[in-house]
Amino acid sequence: MATTRQSALQNLRETKVWKSIFRRGPANTNRTRSLAVFGNLFLHWLPVKVREKSLRVRASYYLGSISFILFIVLFVTGILLMFYYHPATPHAYRDMKDLQFVVANGVFLRNLHRLAAHLMVFAVFWHMFHVFYRGGYKPPHEFNWVVGVVLLLVTLFLSYTGYLLPWDQLAFWAVTVGTNIISAMPVLGNKIRFLLLGGNIVGENALLRFYVLHVVILPLVAFLLIGIHFWRVQKDGGLTVKPKDDDGKG
Amino acid sequence: MSDAKHSSVTEARRRGQRENEVSRRDFLNEITLGALGIAGIGSVAVTYQFFSPNVLFEPPTTFRAGNPDLYPVHSVTFLQDQQVYIVRMPEGFYAVSAVCTHLGCVTQWKPDAEMIACPCHGSKFKSDGTKIEGPAPRPLPHFSISLTADGELLVDKLQSIKPAQVLKV
Repeated sequence: MATTRQSALQNLRETKVWKSIFRRGPANTNRTRSLAVFGNLFLHWLPVKVREKSLRVRASYYLGSISFILFIVLFVTGILLMFYYHPATPHAYRDMKDLQFVVANGVFLRNLHRLAAHLMVFAVFWHMFHVFYRGGYKPPHEFNWVVGVVLLLVTLFLSYTGYLLPWDQLAFWAVTVGTNIISAMPVLGNKIRFLLLGGNIVGENALLRFYVLHVVILPLVAFLLIGIHFWRVQKDGGLTVKPKDDDGKG
Repeated sequence: MSDAKHSSVTEARRRGQRENEVSRRDFLNEITLGALGIAGIGSVAVTYQFFSPNVLFEPPTTFRAGNPDLYPVHSVTFLQDQQVYIVRMPEGFYAVSAVCTHLGCVTQWKPDAEMIACPCHGSKFKSDGTKIEGPAPRPLPHFSISLTADGELLVDKLQSIKPAQVLKV
């Protein structure tokens, strides 16, 4: 049974289609394993070799990976929610209620999106603190630290813009209060608030602007910055491993 | 002869390049960058204009508040749609904003305690808008209030007036 499966796989690897997709042979040696990583768009920004110490739980608690997985969960559930949501009054609130009570599995998706959003803010903050206390901001990682701080801000903006979309009392007053905090900024404050809301009150324009920011602009920025962030981890020589971790024990 | 001529031309060219600080390449680069810069500033300006709506579908800032007789003396009436209190005291009428000066929540008149209270962060005001308790940084503003030709109250929320200005009817 096992041999027939292996021979079937072997036959598949011999086909023209397989060879046109995967140009290199089976990854049997270190060299071919490296080439497999280099030659794959989805893996090429990851390091082909890592130190065993940097894979230990205590080296990172996998907080960056957890944040990224949560981002993917939010991306998928968010796209699914968009199929039942109109960013307009009075539909927005009703659509949110329909997702809870009418749409099949809608309440699961909505709660998953909401819970993952809360967890992502938590995970990203923890990631930042962990990197900070391990000295991960020190050379040669300074640039990637700054990219990470911008990613934290993008995460918070995503969270805040998503807050308005249910269009309930909590959303309305949270955004009223938040945008009034912006208008406390000297000189430019009121102008920025006007542009962000598309008016003087939290109304339909504000809902649409927050929606576009939440589903298009901020996710695009986040994807771009996450790409740079991952790529720089590799280019800066992998995760920060403390000298005291390099004790020759492992 | 031709050799000497040739060498003198190349030498002049070399000297010319040294004396002229701007080469053709630099010139074209600067022209192109300048044009792109102007186009960039222009596109920022038109994008800013695009994002500032010219027509707003918001509640009107000037509104009629009905006949003065609707309001008894010593009363504070909250107009929900306009977010304004119409206050009538023995000395006359005034219109006080119902929007808290702290972070923009809508306040509420508490008749028992005779004060205006904000549900968000607990600011308190007197019926004439003066601040009793923070975190609000300023008193509630008074809006311009007048009588129309047919004797109705008219409030203009774009015009703030001094609290001393009271409409006598």
